[in-house]
Amino acid sequence: MEENLTVERSRVPLSKEDFVSDQMVKWCPGCGAHAILSSVANVFPKIGYKKENFMMVSGIGCSSRFPYYVNTYGFHGIHGRANPIATGIKLSNPHLSVWVATGDGDSMAIGGNHFIHIIRRNVDLNIMLFNNQIYGLTKGQYSPTTAMGTITKTSPQGTIEHPFNAGELVMGAQGTFFARVVDTNPKLMTEVMFEAAKHDGTSVVEILQNCVIFADGVHDQITAKDVRDDMQLILKNGEPMIFGKKKDKGIRLKGTKLEVVQIGVNSISEDDLLVHDQYDQDPGIHLMLAKMAPPLYPVALGVIRSAMFSTYDDMVEEQIKKAKATSPIKCVDDLLNSGDTWEIK
Amino acid sequence: MTVDKHKVVELEEAVVRFAGDSGDGMQLVGNLFADAAALYGNEIATFPDYPAEIRAPHNTVAGVSGFQARISNKIIHSSGDLADVLVAMNPASLKANLKWAKSGATIIVDTDAFDEKAIEKSGYKKNPLEDDTLKNYSVIKAPINSLSWETIKDMGSDQKTAYKARNVFALGILYYLFNRDFKTTDEFFEKKFKKKPPLIPINKALLRAGYNYADTIEAIHSTYKVPAFKKAEKGKYRNITGNIATAWGLLAASEKSGRPLFLGSYPITPATEILMELAIHKSLGAKVFQAEDEIAGICSAIGASYAGSMACTSTSGPGLSLKSEAIGLAVITELPLVIINVQRGGPSTGLPTKSEQSDLMQALYGRNGEGPLIIVAATSPADCFYAAYETAKLSLEHMTPAICLTDGYIGQGSEIFKIPNVKDLPPINPPIAKPNDPGYQPYKRDAETLVRKWALPGTEGLRHRIGGLEKSDGIGSVSMDPLNHQLMCEYREKKVQKIADFIPEQKLIGDENGELLVVSWGGTYGSVFTAVKEMQAEGKSVSLAHFRNICPLPKNTKQILSSFKKIIVPELNLGQFVKYLRINFPEFEYNQFNKIQGLPFMVNELKEQFNKILKEK
Repeated sequence: MEENLTVERSRVPLSKEDFVSDQMVKWCPGCGAHAILSSVANVFPKIGYKKENFMMVSGIGCSSRFPYYVNTYGFHGIHGRANPIATGIKLSNPHLSVWVATGDGDSMAIGGNHFIHIIRRNVDLNIMLFNNQIYGLTKGQYSPTTAMGTITKTSPQGTIEHPFNAGELVMGAQGTFFARVVDTNPKLMTEVMFEAAKHDGTSVVEILQNCVIFADGVHDQITAKDVRDDMQLILKNGEPMIFGKKKDKGIRLKGTKLEVVQIGVNSISEDDLLVHDQYDQDPGIHLMLAKMAPPLYPVALGVIRSAMFSTYDDMVEEQIKKAKATSPIKCVDDLLNSGDTWEIK
Repeated sequence: MTVDKHKVVELEEAVVRFAGDSGDGMQLVGNLFADAAALYGNEIATFPDYPAEIRAPHNTVAGVSGFQARISNKIIHSSGDLADVLVAMNPASLKANLKWAKSGATIIVDTDAFDEKAIEKSGYKKNPLEDDTLKNYSVIKAPINSLSWETIKDMGSDQKTAYKARNVFALGILYYLFNRDFKTTDEFFEKKFKKKPPLIPINKALLRAGYNYADTIEAIHSTYKVPAFKKAEKGKYRNITGNIATAWGLLAASEKSGRPLFLGSYPITPATEILMELAIHKSLGAKVFQAEDEIAGICSAIGASYAGSMACTSTSGPGLSLKSEAIGLAVITELPLVIINVQRGGPSTGLPTKSEQSDLMQALYGRNGEGPLIIVAATSPADCFYAAYETAKLSLEHMTPAICLTDGYIGQGSEIFKIPNVKDLPPINPPIAKPNDPGYQPYKRDAETLVRKWALPGTEGLRHRIGGLEKSDGIGSVSMDPLNHQLMCEYREKKVQKIADFIPEQKLIGDENGELLVVSWGGTYGSVFTAVKEMQAEGKSVSLAHFRNICPLPKNTKQILSSFKKIIVPELNLGQFVKYLRINFPEFEYNQFNKIQGLPFMVNELKEQFNKILKEK
């Protein structure tokens, strides 16, 4: 973790137990959020910062109870506002590792404006976007990511709204880091969160999460045991894009589009496949990968994009440092006495 | 600069009003005139009066931008009622501003601008310079535009420049009228046009040309001299607007408290100058975040406060509405947060560039649930410094969000500010929790003040979680317990009320008892104070209680209210403070005087109302 020198590391090795809070976890049994909590508790000791330097921020929704269940500094905000609250925390104290727990309603509906702007600014923090395609805490209304036509409590005849694709939104806002995972793969989730922590800038990790009560099975098309290998492309940087139960399918670029190909058919070999470059500054391929969806394509999982750009918080510090070095105004007395003044003796 | 030809009349004070199209540079020359007077040693007070549009239609009344400057040889508290001199750069400016000129005032007009089309657009039926519209005034008809061009045409300039800089020619006429020298204004030109050097001699020439022109014309029979204010307290002074003073007060509180300043704000008239001013002062460690909206502004500030900054957000009425939910979050998390609200005319977009005192109810009660907080109201441009400082001090020391109410009039108006020493300002000691404090609990309170401790993320041994859900007393876990909620609501209320022990008692201007008590608050201080003082000098039994601490109210409020036969509450709204007094002290009878025209009180209208109440049986 040499990449991030601003957050002080723990002098003693930490374990999962260091991050378990004494609060009763009140998510429904079977909720995907339990797996996310467990991944966070696993990854924080690996990241290795001092436990006092982790900061968990949330908005409102099922996802947003998260801070109460992790033994770090935590702030449970108001609906949609986790991202600006987290921005203020990070700008105020850049020596914190700031994590946001938010949902599809919290960050893409009521907090949609803040979501695109935090990404555009590239504030160095990590956003865990719990996407269960439903409003769970208010008991089952459609969200901005609910698939068109879905019947919910507020769409008895099916939704007539085009859903957001989180990755598309992130890249549209010039996001520098986007990863996607499913709540049924804790190992990948832990790896991706570690990558997110390493990234300097706003890291968005979309977690396709199952709501057992109001949208049960909404991700089955991707996560069900019998289809998942054929419907998940798990990206690894520097490796060709191969997927399928028999590892016999791949993704190649044909013209301006991605194409699913069968390895070994029509003399297609691994060499014809796209090799994943998560660090590419150009988001073109990353965007195409993020948009892939069944039934024609598998869903891309893992780190889709992790590009290096300067962070907002670093630039804030740099401007302050420069101003302190060059401005004649070093204290408020200097300021008060600057410009046109006169003295009465 | 000898003045032989004309008689010099010594005046105690003068009010000068500049009026032109927005874009004509009236604010600029108004400020230059005021600065020159201030540096000469006059007391000054200024007031900009400008439209909501940046460049409203040319030559229309809607587009008129005004700037009033009052200069005096004694202490003044407002920018004055009516003008002694009015500069009108076109017919619309004359039409819009003649009502603000005293009978007999000197009116300076640019005759070049009084063509048929402009006269028609202004709404005048006939040329007001040719009928008896101005018969009660002393009019200086100057072809300012053409003379400006005449002045600079050989300086490699063009007619457009002459037109744009003709305000400086007009300023030159005023400098002659008031026997001012050019020094400070020349210096200003040298600084302002550093990157466009040809404009320096052009502006200097125009200033002198206006001056010399005034020296030669017949229309001026006498010039004026407003002597310097001699009895000013020893010390260093400057001219300052309320918004700049607010920004500086916040910086001073940050330095004094040792908590770095964070401002999360969104541009909004008439508060934007605070955001712009703080953005300049990164050398003082100020972190200024221009957010994507008002809500992000305050939420970033709440985050920064949790993380240990002296966090602020600045806004005006509509923005305060947008921030309501987040203010509640700061109330329940019991975090310090300074909210500056520069009030303007409402509701909704209302009168963005005009002043009003109509956000008091919103500040007091505009939240869901029981949401007590601290309210301080600044009384004048210079007082904005101290009001912002006090708001920050109370907020930081009592772990409670606090609103500092200013308004467009004092925020954008200016006056002389005696420069303080930061070391003389009261100390600010936020209750920061110590590392590894074994007794730390997020909602454990100080027995006397009921204030909880501020545990900053990154501190060893203090990990904790707070948020918008109700928390249990002490340990701070989420709690839906009915009795706990009542207890926590009462704690938060009492914590704010206890601040009355830490604020000064309400001052009374005048006798401690008598016939009439005038009760006012916030930005109306200047005119109300002047009215009361004048009436006292006339032997009337009138005293003034002008409130700065709105919530909590000073402890002696009731005692003051009970010491007078009659009470009148003048406000620039339909009666908000008076409602608040009726809630808190229903035993008294209150008279009201309410003006809601986007304009400050005039001294005379106040006196008229006060006299009326005095006479009533």
